[in-house]
Amino acid sequence: MTPVAPVAHAPTRLVRGLILGSIGLVFAIPIVAMVEFTLRSGLAGGHDFSRWTALFQGGFAGPYRAVLVALGNSVGLAVGTVVLVLLLLVPTLLLVHLRFPRLRRLMEFVCILPISIPAIVLVVGLAPVYSVLGRLLGSGVWTLAFAYGITVLPFAYRAIQANLDGVDVRTLSEAARTLGAGWVSVLLRVLIPNLRRGILAGAFISVAVVLGEFTIASLLNRNTLQTSLVVVSKADPYTVVILSLLALTFAFLLLLVIGRLGTVRTGSRRRPTTGGQP
Amino acid sequence: MIQNQLQNRLENPNAAVAPIRAGASVRFEGVVKDFAGHRALADFDLTLHAGEFVALLGPSGSGKTTALRVLAGLESTDAGTIRIDGTDVSTLPTSRRDLGMVFQSYSLFPHLSAGENVEFGLRMRKVRGEERRARAAAALALVGLDAHYDRFAHQLSGGQQQRVALARALVTEPRVLLLDEPLSALDAQVRVALREEIRRIQTELGITTLFVTHDQDEALAVADRVAVMRDGSIEQIGAPEELYTRPASSFIADFVGLSNRLVGVVRHGFAQVQGVALPLVDPSQADGPVSVSVRPEDLEFSAAGAPGVVLSSSFHGSLRRTKVRLGDGTALVVQHGARLHPSAGERVTVRFTGAPVSVDPISAPA
Repeated sequence: MTPVAPVAHAPTRLVRGLILGSIGLVFAIPIVAMVEFTLRSGLAGGHDFSRWTALFQGGFAGPYRAVLVALGNSVGLAVGTVVLVLLLLVPTLLLVHLRFPRLRRLMEFVCILPISIPAIVLVVGLAPVYSVLGRLLGSGVWTLAFAYGITVLPFAYRAIQANLDGVDVRTLSEAARTLGAGWVSVLLRVLIPNLRRGILAGAFISVAVVLGEFTIASLLNRNTLQTSLVVVSKADPYTVVILSLLALTFAFLLLLVIGRLGTVRTGSRRRPTTGGQP
Repeated sequence: MIQNQLQNRLENPNAAVAPIRAGASVRFEGVVKDFAGHRALADFDLTLHAGEFVALLGPSGSGKTTALRVLAGLESTDAGTIRIDGTDVSTLPTSRRDLGMVFQSYSLFPHLSAGENVEFGLRMRKVRGEERRARAAAALALVGLDAHYDRFAHQLSGGQQQRVALARALVTEPRVLLLDEPLSALDAQVRVALREEIRRIQTELGITTLFVTHDQDEALAVADRVAVMRDGSIEQIGAPEELYTRPASSFIADFVGLSNRLVGVVRHGFAQVQGVALPLVDPSQADGPVSVSVRPEDLEFSAAGAPGVVLSSSFHGSLRRTKVRLGDGTALVVQHGARLHPSAGERVTVRFTGAPVSVDPISAPA
């Protein structure tokens, strides 16, 4: 690939360092403070790992059992939300892209809209819907996946649409059809493999959003990781910070994976080309 | 069949190969296709004989790509029928028409290697592992890329990608090969090499081929017959030589090769231009004022002729084209040998060689 020429007014090394450093501090200070808080040993001062070891040795017994159940709920919800959103969004996006390109603006508007609606407003609208849902499907925590499907829509949409814009979906699907592939084969063997990066990024970012959501779960009285952390925090402020740190680490790792997906190129594992004929 | 052919080539690449089977015949009958009020195909008729290489030539928007796409089933027809070997395929989905197609834009599946791309059509036809790989390798060998089986599209040049696309289109032994401007994204040298390669392979396999292009050189160089399209229907179809020497209209004369437009009059089956009577391509032309198309090679510098002044002269390898302005202000391009080198401002006399010309009536101003 051609190396990109340096931009004329690019910031100097020092300026870049300063910008990165100050942004890093904004993120690091609260996290370091949280870690420090969990390591405090009593009022006498000094630091140790007793709270961390107590939590893990205790095997989440007693009051933390609820957190474990809530974690299970949240992970289940995250998976459910991702499946729901991908099953609806991917075929719809492809259909709009291939068959109804004029609807693209509308689609974009509808998908981005939830980001501009505060969760509290969303809940006000969702509450009566959920009272009906509760009668029809019960009040299981999994029903939150419908609401979360709406909140993660903007993120999933952007991730998949960006990938879609970079792939000549029309030509690829037409090529596959002339080679004898029906629509299901086109979707499974050609389109999804080429949209893999966008789909995975959309899925991971959706998981991160679901694991961080509090307002909707709390106001609709569902037990998720976030709501249970608040409950625990009232009894034990230290443990809840440890759990928050763990959740943060998980989300960070998830974003790291998304970043990696963006750089991995198809086939780069194979040997590179060495010149060639026309 | 083609498989054996491909194997033979693999084992003995220099052997001359005879056509192995006659391709299918294709017939468009009164095909109509509208796009949002615009008629892309207007009562379109075209027959491709078995094993024939037909080029669809025309300016952009003339409907040539639409014709190819309705044959492929990628666009539906609004009226008319399309028959392959006599069977109406108008309502069949693309996947069941048994066609091979090479697209203008690079269409290799980026997540598959070149070999896996070629295998794709065989996989859709449930051809088993070993046989599938052998046939894909043979098809890649046919386009000279058997060493690139494991490469991905981004590791191949544009020309190589189009060769793989050609192998992918041919490996399933389709009834008809459709080429939708497959060379237009390539640079000039690769273009010429690949178009000759396409023609060689087409002749070897004897596959009926429809080739869409807007490049007249390309169409004239490779096709058995060239169909020139205008406004959704065929203006003229014929062998390249016929199209060039006997253009049915000034549109064809302009579009296929270079042409000078002069004002003249048809009288008694001859076109009177610049005081000279020239024979007509179509002698049945009615008398009256016409616009006459004269090829640059049908003009020459000669002692006896119309006097003029050289405006410019350009070099084209073995020949030159010189622009001359005649006494009455008419500008003409004369084609001549490269050894003659007229310079701007030089006084010359231009003569018509007397080759038949095509004319278009000019409606008298009201």
